[in-house]
Amino acid sequence: MHTKSIEVWVGIFMLLGVLALAMLAFQVSNSTAGGGQTYRIEAQFDNVGGLTIKAPVMIGGVKVGRVGDIWIDKEDYVAVVGLDINETFDTLPDDTGASVLTSGLLGAQFVGLSPGSSDFYLEDGDMLEFTQSALQLESLISQFMFNQGKSEKVEE
Amino acid sequence: MSQTVSLPHDDSPLVIAENLHFSFSGRPIYSGLNLSIPEGKITVILGPSGCGKSTFLGLLGGRLRPDSGVLKFNGKDIPRSGSGLIAMRRKMGMLFQNSALLTDLNVFENVAFPFREQTDLPEAIIRILVLMKLEMVGLRGARNMMPSELSGGMSRRVSLARAIALDPELVMYDEPFVGLDPVSMGVIVKLISELNDAMGITSVIVTHDVAEGCSIADYVYLLDGGGVAGHGSPEEMMNSDNPGVRQFMQGLPDGPVGFHYPAADYILDLGVEK
Amino acid sequence: MISLVQGLGRWGVSFIARLGEAVLFLLGAISGAAKSLRRGRLIIQQLYSIGVLTMLIIMVSGLFVGMVLGLQGYYQLVNFSAESSLGMVVALFLVRELGPVLAALLFAGRAGSALTAEIGLMRATDQLAAMEMMAVDPMQRVVGPRFVAGIIAMPLLAAMLSAIGVLGGYLIGHGQFGVDPGVYWSSMQNGVDFYDDILNGVIKSVVFGVIVVWVALFEGYVATPTSEGVSRATTRTVVTSSLAILGGDYILTALMFGGL
Repeated sequence: MHTKSIEVWVGIFMLLGVLALAMLAFQVSNSTAGGGQTYRIEAQFDNVGGLTIKAPVMIGGVKVGRVGDIWIDKEDYVAVVGLDINETFDTLPDDTGASVLTSGLLGAQFVGLSPGSSDFYLEDGDMLEFTQSALQLESLISQFMFNQGKSEKVEE
Repeated sequence: MSQTVSLPHDDSPLVIAENLHFSFSGRPIYSGLNLSIPEGKITVILGPSGCGKSTFLGLLGGRLRPDSGVLKFNGKDIPRSGSGLIAMRRKMGMLFQNSALLTDLNVFENVAFPFREQTDLPEAIIRILVLMKLEMVGLRGARNMMPSELSGGMSRRVSLARAIALDPELVMYDEPFVGLDPVSMGVIVKLISELNDAMGITSVIVTHDVAEGCSIADYVYLLDGGGVAGHGSPEEMMNSDNPGVRQFMQGLPDGPVGFHYPAADYILDLGVEK
Repeated sequence: MISLVQGLGRWGVSFIARLGEAVLFLLGAISGAAKSLRRGRLIIQQLYSIGVLTMLIIMVSGLFVGMVLGLQGYYQLVNFSAESSLGMVVALFLVRELGPVLAALLFAGRAGSALTAEIGLMRATDQLAAMEMMAVDPMQRVVGPRFVAGIIAMPLLAAMLSAIGVLGGYLIGHGQFGVDPGVYWSSMQNGVDFYDDILNGVIKSVVFGVIVVWVALFEGYVATPTSEGVSRATTRTVVTSSLAILGGDYILTALMFGGL
C-alpha cells in the first residue's frame, strides 16, 4: 500500500472520528445548556422528598439550572438545597420562591422557581426565603382520608 | 584449560575477552573465556551446537551482560547503556542467522533504514548510498521487492548490505552459511572475503560449518565446555594433536565427545536380564 | 494440600514478577511514545493498521447494536407508554457503556491480537535485536508509535460506534415503530449530559485504549520467540485485555456515576 493512500485513509478515519465526537457533543447531548457558567443559590425545605442531585431547576417548565447539592443544616435540621442557575438567568428577583415538584404522577422530582416582583436580584450564595416542600403521596392520602371522614360527619 | 591459553595478536586486537563468565537462566555458558580478535582479519569461531557461540555475539553487541570478566572493543569496555552503547553499535554491523529484515519495508527501505535512523542525509544521497550497497551484494535490481518475496540467500545478502551500510569497523556474522544452497553459500563466502579485503572490515564469523569457515578464516577459535578448546590458523587447527579439536575439525563420529549420551547400562535398561 | 498451597504461592510470585515487568515495560513505552511523537509518519502508518482497519467492524457492530437497543428499548418502554424516552435510553446505553466497552473489546480482538502477533514475530525473527544492533531503540521505533496510535484511535472508534448506534436506534425507532424524530432527538438531548455522559465515555475509551495497547505490546514483546509462543501470546492478549476492560469498566463506572 502506498504512503499516499495510507495518508488519505488515515485522514478519512480521523475525520469520521471527529465527526462522531461532534455528533455526540451537539446532536446527542445538550452541551449548550449543560455546561457554561453557573451561580449558586440556596433554598431551605422541610422536606425535599425524592429530589436528587442533578435534578433540573425549572421556571415555567423551562430548564434554567440544576440541583448542585443537598445537605442538612446542622443548626436547625432542615434540608438545604444548592441550586446551580445558569449565568444567563442572572436577573431573578430576590423574592423568588422555590418548590419541589413532581413531573407527572410518578415522575422524577424537580425544583420549580416562581419569580417574584422585587427590584433586587439574587446573587451567588443567596438564600431563598419562600419555599414549599415536596408533596408526599402518603400525607396526601392521609389528608384525603381525614377530609373524607370529616365531610361524612358533617353530612350526618 | 582455557585459563592457560595465552592471547595471540597482542598487537592491538579489536576485541579482547579475558576470563569472561556468563550464565543464562542458571546454566553456565562461559566459565573463563579468553580470546582476542585481530583487526582487519576474518576470525571464525567454531563450536558444537549449544556451546554458546552466538552468545558471544550477543555479549559483544551489548545485548547481553557478562557476569564477570573483561570484554573490550577498541580498547574500551562494552558500555552498559545510553549514548556510549549507541556510539559503539554504530561501529558494528551484524548479520543475523535469519536475516532479520524488517518485514514491513521493502529491500531498498531496509538498506536505507540505518541511514534514515542514524544520519540526516538528504534523500538523494541516501538513494545513491543504498544503491551502491545493493550493487555490492548484486541485488540492485531487487530493490522494490518485499522481504517475503526473497529467497534465503537473497535476504541474507540484503541483510549484509544493511549491516555494512554505515561502513562499520566490525561485522559479526551469526551462522551465515546455515540453510543455503551451494550457489548462495558460494556467493556469501565470496562476499564476506571481498568485504574484508576491499573495505578493511574486521569480521567475526560464528559457525559450526568447519569446511566453509576454514576456507575464509585467517584465524580460528574452537569453543567448547565454557572456554576455548583450541585456536590457531586453519591449517594448525586441522593438524592439531589435541584429540578433541581433531574430532570436531574432521567431523569424526566418536572421540572425546562420545557417540552415546550418558545413560544407564544398556542391558539393564532393556530389562531383559536381572 | 501443601503442594496446592505451594503451587498457589509459585503462581503468585510469578504473577507479581510479570506485573512488575509489565509496569517497567509501560514506563519504557510511555517514554518511547513521547520520543516517537516527532515521527508523524510512523504514527500515521500505525493509525492505518490500528484504526482504519478496525473502523469497518466497529461501524457495522455499532449499527446492529443500536438497532437491537432500539428494538429492545421500544418493547420495554411501550409497556409504560414511555416510548418517547427511546432516544435517551439508546443514547445513554451507548455513550456510557456499550460504546467504550464494545469498541474496546472489538479493538482488542482486531487490533490488539494483530499487534501482539506482529511484535512477537519481529522478536522471533530477530528484527528487534537487529534494530538494537543498528543503534535503534525498538521502544522508540516500534513500540512508541503503536502506543500513540492506539490511544488516539480508541476514543475515535468508540465515538464512531456510539454515533452509528444512535443512528441505528433512530432507524428502528422511527422507521419501524414510528417514534417521532423530534421526540427521539429531544429526549436524547434532555437525558444525555455532555460532561457526565459523553466526556466520561471518552475518558473510559482512552483508558481502555491504554489497557489494550499496553497488554498487546507487552505480550508481543516478551513472547517466547517461537510460532507456538507467538500464538499463545496472541490468545493471552485477547483474554487479558478483555478481562481488564470489563473489570476496569466496573471500577470506572463506580467512580464516575456511583459517587456524588
